[in-house]
Amino acid sequence: MATVLLADSTWVLFVNICLNGLTTGFLYALIALGYTMVYGIVELINFAHGDLFMLGCFFAWSLVSAAAVATGSTGALLLLLAILLLTPLFCAAINWSVDRVIYRPRRSAPKLNLLVSAIGVSFIFMNIGQLWGGAQDLDFPRLVEDRNLLPADSGLQFSLIDAIVISVTVPTMIGLAIFVKLTPLGKAMRAVAQNPMAAQLMGINTNRVISATFLIGGALAGVGSVVYVLKIPTINWAMGFQNGLYAFTSAVLGGIGNIPGAVLGAILIGMVYSLGSWYDARWATTLVFLILIVILVFRPAGILGTHTREKV
Amino acid sequence: MALLEVQQLRAGYGPIEVLKGISLQVDKGEIVAIIGANGAGKTTTLMTLSGIVPVRGGSILFDGQDITRLPAYQIVSRGLAQSPEGRKIFPRLTVLENLEMGAFTRNDPQGVQADIEKAYHYFPILKQRAKQAGGTLSGGEQQMLAIARALMSRPKLLLLDEPSLGLAPMIVLKIFEVIRELNRDGVAVLLVEQNARMALKLAHRGYVLETGSITMSDRAETMLNDPRVKAAYLGE
Repeated sequence: MATVLLADSTWVLFVNICLNGLTTGFLYALIALGYTMVYGIVELINFAHGDLFMLGCFFAWSLVSAAAVATGSTGALLLLLAILLLTPLFCAAINWSVDRVIYRPRRSAPKLNLLVSAIGVSFIFMNIGQLWGGAQDLDFPRLVEDRNLLPADSGLQFSLIDAIVISVTVPTMIGLAIFVKLTPLGKAMRAVAQNPMAAQLMGINTNRVISATFLIGGALAGVGSVVYVLKIPTINWAMGFQNGLYAFTSAVLGGIGNIPGAVLGAILIGMVYSLGSWYDARWATTLVFLILIVILVFRPAGILGTHTREKV
Repeated sequence: MALLEVQQLRAGYGPIEVLKGISLQVDKGEIVAIIGANGAGKTTTLMTLSGIVPVRGGSILFDGQDITRLPAYQIVSRGLAQSPEGRKIFPRLTVLENLEMGAFTRNDPQGVQADIEKAYHYFPILKQRAKQAGGTLSGGEQQMLAIARALMSRPKLLLLDEPSLGLAPMIVLKIFEVIRELNRDGVAVLLVEQNARMALKLAHRGYVLETGSITMSDRAETMLNDPRVKAAYLGE
C-alpha cells in the first residue's frame, strides 16, 4: 500500500517541495528573529541586518579559505563546527558594536533618524563585503557531501545538508524560546519591549538589555550564514539584500516584534517560495509578496501580531 | 528622621522647566501627599525622583545617600520604587511575571516567593489572575498590580502616582485601605493625587504644588481645613 502511495509522483513532489520549503524557512527564520527582536525592543527596522548576515557568510568563507579546505571528512566536520561557533560570535560582536556606536547615541532621537542610520550601516556593510570578497560571486567550498539520506527509489529528497540545517536551526530556536520565556534576562527583554519606561522603574538597565538583544540577534544571523553557505554554496556582497528582505517579510508576516510569529512567517514564506520555484522560478518572488499583501489586508498586524490596547 | 530629602530640585523637558526648585521631605513611616492641578509638575516630581527625568539642579538625598545623578535602574535597589501614572503594566506578561519584574533587582528567590504571597495577601484578586496577561485585567486590577509590582522590590519609600485615576469609588477605597495597611507595615509613601480630599485624609502631611513650585506645606488635617486649599482643591 505504502509503495503505491510513494510511487505516486504528485505526492512525492509535494513532500519534496515541503521539505525544501521547511529548510529554506528555517534559514529565513534565523535572520527574521534578529529583525523582529530588535524591532520589538527599540522599534527599529534594522536595515543592516541582512547585510550582517552577508558579512557572516564572508567571514565563514575566509575561515574556510584560511584553513585551506581540509581533505578528510573529519577535518571538514571540525571546520564546520569551527565556523558554526565562530561566525555567530563574529556577527554578534559586529551587531553589538553597531548598536553601541551608532544606534545607542540616537536612542532618544526620532525613529526616522535611527532608520536612516540603519540604511547607512547597510551600505557600509555592502561596501565592506565588496572590499572583502570582490564584486563577483564566490564559490563556497563544499564542507559536507550533498548526499540524499532517503532511499533513491522513493524519489524523496532529504539530504545530509538538510539534516544538518534542521539539527542546527531547530535546537537554536527552541533554545531561544526557552531563554526568552524563562530566564531573567529573557523576561527583562520582553518587559523592555512592552514598556521601556516601566522596565526602568523595575530597576532594569535597559541599555544592557538592548545590547543583549543585538548580541543575540547578531548571533542568530551568524548561524543563518553558516546554514546558508552549507545549503547554497555561492555568496556575494549583494546577497544580504534579497535574503534580508525575505527574512524581514517573514517577520512582518508573522507579526513584527513577535518571536514565534517570525518563525511561523519564515516557514510559510519558505514553503510558498519553494512551491513557487517549482511552478516557475520567475514567479516565486511575486508569489511570496502576493501572499504577504493578501495576509496583511486581512490581518494588518501579521498572523500572530496583536495591536495591544492598554486599558485606562 | 528624613528618609527622603529633596533640596531646590529643578527638572524639565527641552526648553520647558517644569520643576522650578522644589524642596520637600518624607520621614520614615510617613505618608506624604502632593496635591496640585494638571500640569503643576506632580508626575515630573516623581519621575525625577525615580531617575527617569534628568535632574537639572538641586539635590536628592535618600536614606542618607546622594542619589541625584543615579540612573533609574540603580535607584530601585536603594529602596525607592514607583507605581507610575497610568499603571504601565507589562500587557503581555502574566500577572505573576509582572510581579517578578518588580523583584528584578533582588537575588533572593525565597524572599521573592514570600513577597509574592504577601502581594496576594494584600490583593487576593491578583492570585486568581496570576496566569492571565496583565493587559487583560480591569483598570482597578491593573492599579493593584502596579502597586504590588512596585512593592516587590521591598522599597523603603513607595512613590504612588494617581492611584485613584479612572477607578470606581469602591475600588479607590479598597486601594487606599491597602496603602494605609502598607504604611502600618513600615513603608513610607509619597502620594501624588488629583483627588485631594482622599489624599489628604490618608496622608500625615501634604504639599501643594503650583506650576513647578511648592506653595504650601502643612499637616494634612490642617490643610483639609485651610480655606485656600478648600477653595482651590476641595471644591468647597
